[in-house]
Amino acid sequence: MLFKIVTKEGFRSLVDQLLASNEVIGPRRVGVRRNGKPEHQFLPIERFEDMDLDYEKTAFSAKTYFLPFRETLSRTRFKNGDWQQEISYRVQPRALVGLHACDINALLKLDKVMLRGPFPSPYYLSRRKNTFVVGIDHDPCETGFCASLGEDTVTHGFDLFLTDLGDRYFVSIDSDRGFRVLHSVPVRDITEDDRRAYQEVRRRIASGFKVHLRFENLPTLLDIEFESPVWKKWGDKCLSCGACAMVCPTCYCYGVYERICQDFKECTKVKQLYSCNLIDFAVVAGGHNFRPTRHTRLKYRYYHQHRGFVEAYDEPKCVGCNRCGDACLAGINPPDVIRDLQAEEAS
Amino acid sequence: MSVVLHPYDVRTEPEIQEPLDFNRRGELKHVDKVFKAEITNIVTLTEIDKLFHLRITDPAERERFSFKPGQFVMLELPGFGEVPISISSSPLWKGHIELCIRRAGLVTGVLHKAKRGAKVGIRGPFGTAFPLSVMKGHDVLLIAGGLGLAPLRAPIFHVNDNRADYGDVHILYGTKTPQDLLFTYQYDQWRTVYDVSLSVIVERADEGWTGPVGMITDLLGDIRVHPEHTYAIVCGPPVMFKFVCARLSQTGIPMQRMYVSLERRMHCGMGKCCRCNVGSTYTCLDGPVFDYWSVMNLKEAI
Repeated sequence: MLFKIVTKEGFRSLVDQLLASNEVIGPRRVGVRRNGKPEHQFLPIERFEDMDLDYEKTAFSAKTYFLPFRETLSRTRFKNGDWQQEISYRVQPRALVGLHACDINALLKLDKVMLRGPFPSPYYLSRRKNTFVVGIDHDPCETGFCASLGEDTVTHGFDLFLTDLGDRYFVSIDSDRGFRVLHSVPVRDITEDDRRAYQEVRRRIASGFKVHLRFENLPTLLDIEFESPVWKKWGDKCLSCGACAMVCPTCYCYGVYERICQDFKECTKVKQLYSCNLIDFAVVAGGHNFRPTRHTRLKYRYYHQHRGFVEAYDEPKCVGCNRCGDACLAGINPPDVIRDLQAEEAS
Repeated sequence: MSVVLHPYDVRTEPEIQEPLDFNRRGELKHVDKVFKAEITNIVTLTEIDKLFHLRITDPAERERFSFKPGQFVMLELPGFGEVPISISSSPLWKGHIELCIRRAGLVTGVLHKAKRGAKVGIRGPFGTAFPLSVMKGHDVLLIAGGLGLAPLRAPIFHVNDNRADYGDVHILYGTKTPQDLLFTYQYDQWRTVYDVSLSVIVERADEGWTGPVGMITDLLGDIRVHPEHTYAIVCGPPVMFKFVCARLSQTGIPMQRMYVSLERRMHCGMGKCCRCNVGSTYTCLDGPVFDYWSVMNLKEAI
C-alpha cells in the first residue's frame, strides 16, 4: 500500500475537482434520529459542504449504489408477434466519498457473491468498477460491533482511504486510479511524525468500541441450537417488515418480476431487493411456504449471516455495523440475540 | 480544474464477448440474456398439466445448448415473468427441449393459454444433475410421485439412449387418481423399447382402473432389489420421497446412492437471489439434485 499526506484544504479541492465532471455521493445530514442524534444518508452532493465527513453512521448503507433497490435487468420490445430483448449495463462513473471501513468490507463480501461465484454479475461489475471509492476512518459508532468481527479496518476494496490527523489526512492508496486522482492536488510523502500520529489515531479507534461479542463458536452453535426457544422468543417480536435487510450493507437477496408498458409495446424484467423475513420469501408453486412462521424466517437470516456464509466464504456475512438492530422497530438487536444463544449453550 | 473518472464498459471484457453458454461456470457472461425459443407443439397431459415442445430459434444457440438430466431452465414469458422448470427431454436433442408444466400460478397460467408458434425465453441450464455416468453398470430404480415424473423423464430418456450401460431398470410411478397420470401414451414404449419394468399405482381408483391401488411404497415390495449394485432416483413431493427413501434404506441401499430433486422457487438460478436457500445451501447451485444423505443433513429441506 502507498501512503501519502494531503492537507484538508487539498482534499476539499480534490472533491471540488471530482464534482466538476462527475457525480459525487457523500454522507449528508438529512434529519434527526429518535435519540436526538443527527441522521445521515449517502446522497449526491453538489458542494463539498453538503457532506458531513464527521458522521457516525448512515441509516442505510451505500449498498444502493451497487445493488439498487430496483434494477432493470432487461427490456423486451414486442413487434409483429415477436419480441427482442435488450440489455444494458451502462452506468455513469461516480465517486462515493466517506465510506467507513465496515462499509468497504461489506463491498468486499458483495464482491465475493457477485463476482467470484459461478455466475459473475455484469450489472454489479459495471457499478463496482464505475465507482471511485474514498473511505474514511472514524471513531467507533454507538452500537456497532465491527471490531469483534475484525471488520473495523480495511486493507483493500477502495481507491483512497483517509485517516484524519487533525489538519491533514493520512491517505492509503489502493489503486492506480486512486493514485492518479489524488495527484491532481498537492500531496507529500509521509514522515515519521505522520506515521506515529496515524498509529495514535488507530489505537484511539481500536480502544473505543463499546460492544464486544464472540463469534468464533457461532457456526456450530447455530447448528446445535436450531430448535432453541431463543428463536421463538425473538421471532415472536418480529414484524416481518424486512427493514433489517434493506439497511444491511451485505444483504443481497432479491425477487424478479416483469412490468409491462402501458402501450403494451415493451416490458422490463426488474430485479427488486427482497428480505428473507418477508412472509412469502420461501413460497413455491402451489402455495407451500417452507418458512411460514416469523421465527423460522428470523432464524434463517441469522443462519445465512453466521453459518451459511461462513461455509461458503470462510467468514460471516455480517460486518457488525448493527444498522439492522438500529432500524428494527421491534427492538430485535443482533448482539442480544447472539448473547441469548450463547447463554442457552452455557445453561 | 476537474478530474474525470473514465467510464468502464463491461462489454469490452473478452469473456463476455464469447457466445453465451451457461455451462461456462465462473466466466463473465450475459447472465440475464435469454435464448429465444419457439413453442413447436403442446401436448395436453391432464387437466392441469401440459408438455411444451420448445426449439431454440437461433441455430447456433440451439446446437450449443446442452444439459444433463436433472438440470432446470428459467423459462421467461416476456411481460409476465420467469419460472424455474426442470427439463423433461433427452439431452441428445440439444436445443429441442420439452418442459412438462403444471398450471399453478401467473406465468404457468398464461403459458397454458399459449399456442404453437409463440416465442418464449430460456436461460440455463442451471443446477446439478443426476450422476448417470456414476450409475453405469448398476441397476436403476426410477421412482416418481405425481408431477415428479416430469424431471424423471430426462433420466428415463438417458437410460434408453445408453441402455447397454445399465442393468435392470425399474420405473415406479404413483399418483392420486388415474386422471393424474402423466405420459400414459409412452408407457408401452418404455416397457417394450426401453426394456424397463414399469409399475403404476394410484391412491384412488375409478371404474376403468385395473391396476394396483395404494401408496407408491407398496410397489417396492413387488420388485427384487439388489442393494449392493442399485442406484435410485426419487422425484415427487417431499412427503413422498421421505417415505420412499426410508423404505429404500430398509432394503439396504445406502442413502448416498439415492438421489432426489428438491423444489424451490428460484428467481435467478445463479446463487444470488437466495430464494431457494435451504439452511446454507443454494438449491439452484448445489441442487436441485441431492443425494438423500445430504438432504437429511440440510435443515428445513423437506
